Amino acid sequence: MSVYQRPVHLFWWLERRAYVLFVLRELSSVFVAWFVVFLLLLVNAISDGAASYQRFLDWSGQWWMVAINVLAMLFVLLHVVTWFGLAPRAMAIKVRGSRVPAKQIVAAHYLAWLVLSAAVAWLVVR
Amino acid sequence: MAATEITLEVARYRPGVDSEPVLQSYQVPLREHWAILDGLTYVKDHLDGTLSFRWSCRMGICGSCGMTVNGEPQLSCATFLTDYAPGPIRVEPLHNFPVVRDLVVDIDDFMTKLPKVKPWVIREVQSPIEEGEYLQTPEEMDECQQFSMCINCMLCYSACPVYSLEPDFLGPAAIALAQRYNLDSRDEGADERRDVLSSPEGIWACTFVGECSAVCPKGVDPAGAIQRYKLTAATQSIKELLMPRSLIPRSKG
Repeated sequence: MSVYQRPVHLFWWLERRAYVLFVLRELSSVFVAWFVVFLLLLVNAISDGAASYQRFLDWSGQWWMVAINVLAMLFVLLHVVTWFGLAPRAMAIKVRGSRVPAKQIVAAHYLAWLVLSAAVAWLVVR
Repeated sequence: MAATEITLEVARYRPGVDSEPVLQSYQVPLREHWAILDGLTYVKDHLDGTLSFRWSCRMGICGSCGMTVNGEPQLSCATFLTDYAPGPIRVEPLHNFPVVRDLVVDIDDFMTKLPKVKPWVIREVQSPIEEGEYLQTPEEMDECQQFSMCINCMLCYSACPVYSLEPDFLGPAAIALAQRYNLDSRDEGADERRDVLSSPEGIWACTFVGECSAVCPKGVDPAGAIQRYKLTAATQSIKELLMPRSLIPRSKG
């Protein structure tokens, strides 16, 4: 039987808006990894003393580093918002026999994010 | 004056004649209650008897008439011409499946994969018929009912980019149907389904694009079923790692 198999193009992900969003969400993991590397570099600079920390600050303050970090922040926000939005689909939590509504699961994620951010902010600025 | 006709641009593929599908235009009456399937039936009956397409119940139950309408996987019996007026409407076969002829696709791959997840109630010991049915409370039924609405229309496979890139992927409907039985209080076969579901071609191939659930005409949410099973499988693996000798109770996750 001769059948026709539709080829998969390199830019298949441009076919639907949802595919584009999915690819951007996957790509956001690279920026999450970048923030981890950036944090490790910061810790390393601090451990090497005041002069090293100052060099790190100067390096981080350059326009292209700021641009990279602003872009990274936007992607990390996309990462958080999209994954938090998907969380209730994976979590079927029951309390006293009835399923916890999706909105409450999403709200709990944002609340946990807020509490952790506040705790980190307190540690840094105190 | 409102238009009385609409153009259907239908993908034609005649094996042995065409090397790839070509679009052919047909003018069909634009009637308020006509679905795409009615338009195609009009073409077949009045304009071109050689057009091939698959259909059966015409009421969104049999899952036979899935097609790609203006780029979106749809049941052609539940997609209305007037929603696309003034047209034209492009009707193509479901993506991600080999095209046998015109709008007819080869579904053998799905039919081979489906029984691998054993989509039926499995009992360790069958009760004698005299004992009656296996009873279930409404709450227990609620657990699996959503996933039991699947009509095997394969729109989810058509929308899934993982399936197009990795044809070995078990796919959304097969996994959702496995979960339908795993979550059924009468079923005791979760362990038998586990190896297939937890294989690289099973749940772990899914990257949660979510389009399977977006296009599902029955609100089954296969993407949700897959993610839920990922949690179940991961939890079970961790338990086995921490307590290798203990008897792990069968999970209904």
